[in-house]
Amino acid sequence: MSNMIHMSYEVPPGDFTRAGEASSNLKSSLKKMGVNPEIVRKVAIAMYEGEINMVIHATGGKIDVVVSPEEIEMVLKDQGPGIANIELAMQAGYSTAPDNIRNLGFGAGMGLPNMKKYSDEFKIESTVGVGTTVTMKVKME
Amino acid sequence: MNIEDIRSILGAKYLVGEEWKDREVHTACGSDMMSDVLAFMKDQSVLLTGLCNLQVIRTCEMMDIICIVFVRGKLPDEAMIEMAKEKGIAVLSTGHRMFAACGMLYENGLRGGPDYK
Ligand SMILES: Nc1ncnc2c1ncn2[C@@H]1O[C@H](COP(=O)(O)OP(=O)(O)OP(=O)(O)O)[C@@H](O)[C@H]1O
Ligand SMILES: [Mg+2]
Repeated sequence: MSNMIHMSYEVPPGDFTRAGEASSNLKSSLKKMGVNPEIVRKVAIAMYEGEINMVIHATGGKIDVVVSPEEIEMVLKDQGPGIANIELAMQAGYSTAPDNIRNLGFGAGMGLPNMKKYSDEFKIESTVGVGTTVTMKVKME
Repeated sequence: MNIEDIRSILGAKYLVGEEWKDREVHTACGSDMMSDVLAFMKDQSVLLTGLCNLQVIRTCEMMDIICIVFVRGKLPDEAMIEMAKEKGIAVLSTGHRMFAACGMLYENGLRGGPDYK
């Protein structure tokens, strides 16, 4: 459809310093499109948490974004180790991040709860040994 | 309170953004864990942190945080300075430790966000 904009971002593996580039690029694009700043911030935070997770817990991945007049949809897909117990992973404070990640300011176990909090629809599908897909939607109004 | 008030209360120095010193700051957040910061959504905030890497600037960019104060005399590297300039985020550095720096701003009327729900 002509009023839907698709954007796609590669998230490179391992490179913690570069993590966040995709979210930063999406944020600039949404601002340029004139999307309400409150909505832009929710999308940026949710996507950034997901992007960091893909780098820390998986081996990078791909993020597809669709912007329509009604909503912004983000699909974050990785081929990492997957999550055995999603309910546990969703709990605030639960983290398997090692100490070196904690020293970098991540691993509070708040990322997934934040992603859920800032999105209007949140879905996580994961298979151990195959990967994880997170789908988030933020409504325009 | 504006950015210059924060600088003066904390005896801090500008590393980026002296030209934005008149910008109003409404709330503050002090943390070394970025997801704790990301759990908190407020307009025109300042972040106090002892963590010093590029993700601190990224986090502030996502949150629209307008000023970062590095405590314990931490100094950001060139890449962090460049990114902060590009994103329009003022950067200060103070010798005070986290507890003291937060207390001094609180005493001068600055408040945090609501409790986490
Ligand atoms: N993409 C992923 N692939 C594999 N495991 C994941 C992925 N995302 C999250 N997890 C698992 O779920 C846990 C909780 O994730 P969450 O983002 O809430 O916290 P965290 O990343 O550990 O810390 P924080 O987000 O606060 O920095 C992680 O510690 C990890 O075990
Ligand atoms: Mg996380």
